Amino acid sequence: MLSDELKRITGHELEERQPLKHRLHVCMGTGCISAGSDRVKTALETELRVMNLDGTYAVTTGGCRGLCAAGPLVAIDGDTNIAQRVTTENVPELVQRMTDLPDSLRLPTEMPFFRNQKKVVLEYSGNLDPNRIDDYITAGGYTALNHALTEMTPAQTVDEIMRSGLRGRGGAGYPTGLKWQTVAKAHGERKFVICNGDEGDPGAFMDRSVMEDYPFKVLEGVTIAGYAIGAQQGYLYVRAEYPLAVKRLKSAIRQAEKIGLLGSNIGGTPFSFNIDVRLGAGAFVCGEETALIASIEGKRGHPRPRPPYPAARGLWGCPTLINNVETFSSIAPIIRQGADWFAGIGTEKSKGTKVFALSGRVNYTGLIEVPMGTTLREIVFEIGGGIPDGRQFKAIQTGGPSGGCIPAEFLDTPVDYESLAALGSIMGSGGMIVMDDTSCMVDVARYFMEFCKTESCGKCAPCRIGTAQMHDLLTIITAGQATLEDLERLEKLCDMVRSTSLCGLGQSAPNPVISTLRYFRHEYVSHIVDHHCPAGVCSALSQPQEAAE
Amino acid sequence: MLPSQANVPAPPSDDKRWRIVTATMRRHGFGTDALIETLHSVQEAFGYIDDDALRFIARGLRLPPSSVYGVATFYNYFTLKPQGEHTCVVCMGTACYIKGAAHILTALQNRLSVKAGETTADKAISLLTARCMGACGLAPIVVNDGEVAAQTTPEASVTLVEEWMSDAVG
Amino acid sequence: MNSNVVTLSINGKEVSGRDDETILELALENGIQIPRLCYLEGLSIVGACRLCMVEVLGAKGLIAACATRITEGMVVQTDSERLAEYRRSILEMLFAEGFHVCSVCVANGHCELQTQAAHAGIDHIDLPYLYPRRKVDASHRLFGLDANRCILCTRCVRVCSEIEGARTWSVSGRGIEAHIISDFATPWGESTTCTSCGKCVQVCPTGALFMKGASTAELEKRTDFLSWITAMREQR
Repeated sequence: MLSDELKRITGHELEERQPLKHRLHVCMGTGCISAGSDRVKTALETELRVMNLDGTYAVTTGGCRGLCAAGPLVAIDGDTNIAQRVTTENVPELVQRMTDLPDSLRLPTEMPFFRNQKKVVLEYSGNLDPNRIDDYITAGGYTALNHALTEMTPAQTVDEIMRSGLRGRGGAGYPTGLKWQTVAKAHGERKFVICNGDEGDPGAFMDRSVMEDYPFKVLEGVTIAGYAIGAQQGYLYVRAEYPLAVKRLKSAIRQAEKIGLLGSNIGGTPFSFNIDVRLGAGAFVCGEETALIASIEGKRGHPRPRPPYPAARGLWGCPTLINNVETFSSIAPIIRQGADWFAGIGTEKSKGTKVFALSGRVNYTGLIEVPMGTTLREIVFEIGGGIPDGRQFKAIQTGGPSGGCIPAEFLDTPVDYESLAALGSIMGSGGMIVMDDTSCMVDVARYFMEFCKTESCGKCAPCRIGTAQMHDLLTIITAGQATLEDLERLEKLCDMVRSTSLCGLGQSAPNPVISTLRYFRHEYVSHIVDHHCPAGVCSALSQPQEAAE
Repeated sequence: MLPSQANVPAPPSDDKRWRIVTATMRRHGFGTDALIETLHSVQEAFGYIDDDALRFIARGLRLPPSSVYGVATFYNYFTLKPQGEHTCVVCMGTACYIKGAAHILTALQNRLSVKAGETTADKAISLLTARCMGACGLAPIVVNDGEVAAQTTPEASVTLVEEWMSDAVG
Repeated sequence: MNSNVVTLSINGKEVSGRDDETILELALENGIQIPRLCYLEGLSIVGACRLCMVEVLGAKGLIAACATRITEGMVVQTDSERLAEYRRSILEMLFAEGFHVCSVCVANGHCELQTQAAHAGIDHIDLPYLYPRRKVDASHRLFGLDANRCILCTRCVRVCSEIEGARTWSVSGRGIEAHIISDFATPWGESTTCTSCGKCVQVCPTGALFMKGASTAELEKRTDFLSWITAMREQR
């Protein structure tokens, strides 16, 4: 029985922890590692050994707590007692005053950055060791899979996800339950589950963190999906640029296989399921479902016309379910705590929580998770702590190269799929980049168009040539060499590329231009007519007084 | 010999790293879907993918040369040219861009007299850009030989490559 | 495969067809022309040129006629001011992308791009030319490739892979840098896979692939061999 095995592992783990007085969780996310947390961890272990405390104190690898700017972070026993900006030099001080941290080290955990969040996908954030399945199981991991396999039929599992109101976290917000149902009902001997971990939006790192910190949770979600739709094989398609995520996921798969949570007859049930990792290779377009499938098949990542949708004809022509990392990470909590619980969080049409990567010109940059319906103002000014250096908020960019820039007048908009779409942006995968008055909106539009131009696969003419033409037009506007006719050309191209492109990349590539034209048209006109860049970014043009000083 | 091993082509040289490449192909049963994984193994073992490697993979996976070349040039992660001794990758993700990554890149381009994607004439330093490293909370970042420099500046980045340059001379 | 007969309307005309047919196929059967460049009967469908976009009542956006099957009660419009404008714009972009000088081209008068432009009423290009410096490959004994005239329809790639089976051609790079290559981007004349069958030259809609020795406006291409080969294979 799976439940007995989970109990046995939990019991053993708790027994091991019995003699410990304190457990020190050192953040080993990409952010803290680059700030030196691996050296801090070694120094802590050495210090405890020297002090003869290594029998009663344990140093463990922890996941990301979101506040990357304050790293390296070391949490003592949990969420309330955390040391920030730890270096190898202040490790002795940390060990001496562990329960009473000096102000220089203590992270004010009562700050709104932590208080105003709600963690579902990022539950236990920072306190789980992503390298050990025992730690995950002790925290309640795999009880959802056990529950689904022993108490629920596949159809009931699909129904539970349906009732939860969960929508795809990759960008478009398609109802997850409906997608599962379509694949479950599709005819096919073989079916596949694909987890899209090719996080492509520049300025987004939610999925990197989730894969690095909760590899087992991703596996559990994918496995439950496999059970629900009747698949035998799952693939995790992960960006090669995320080596730590790849390493931890591969290790997680081996550990799960070892105790029978993957493989044949999982938990003694008739259900068999395997998961493999496939590496992405640096192509934004592979976030598109049909391009991703082509890539797993070893081909150029070219999208193809839909229908047929992957739910009917996907990987190797078989019915295929594709969800992104965050979507799959919401599955175990839903099965464990019930659809009603999840549906009780968020707004009427957007249920649950959403993880965002908050960055740019904001005081607290990092990873956050909030209930759907939280306002942009709360995110930027409370959780994010406002704009640094006394600058003015100008816009918040959501949805990456497929999204748009939202100006200050809409800061009270609740974050949900429909509200963001109404403003000409999208929820996207969760990148939120705050811009202040030092950002030129024409330059931002040019930046995103350059991205789309280099990431266009080149298959369809409107996207391939249109993005190049639009990029050229935006470049001459920022160089002060454009006319108002060029602006008209740009708008026509935006409409044509949006309406005729083959896939989502091309169809949404004009969005950053359209949204900045909608809210910041005066900046375009200023560049063209007055040869003036109001933000002082475009060096070929006249600059505002302040910047010229 | 197992049937799947019967037609394994001989590697281009007796360099032991080819064993890793062959092992990758074997792990995937020499199926055509192993192409990207195999290209990854060459890139990781050799640092770049040369003509010999492309030919070897095409024969090993029984793929037409044009498909192998088409795939290798589609994905940014693969490079067909050798890199310099040191690599300096400037992240051009949105968060880094908003915080001045373009200035860092310009400073490095000027100091090294190369454009992004190029290697200095003495093959010492390759200057590269990345679309996003996913460390946006630490923007702007530059990755020097795999080490992340967080919240960096044009000055600090130039100082570092200058150290590499003087090492190369010394 | 069982297929059902469905009725629908194209440009206000009631038509019927099998539900495994595409909008484009049914339109052509009924004498309704829809602009197209990448589509060629007998080859797989890629939906890349986007000239055949049509309006379908109730659909979220425009639909590629070549890649969409007909359904019962569909209301299709293949011509409108909006569609005409988009088609002009796509054609203009194709001209501005490459280097097309009809007056000196071997395919002058027999070029599908030129024909489509004439139908669309294009007399000048409003967009700036991108002036790529693409290669001309004259290494093959019989044929040549002038990449400056290539519109990336990939008919050559498909005919070589799907009909001839040689798979000499592929696309290299991506986005605006994408281009056609043979083998490992080796000169065509040195290709170890090319059978010199010339099918790619015949299906190329422009003067990008040409027979050596043809001078200006001499290159007429024939694609009727495709339906012949396809029919013969089905009989077998």
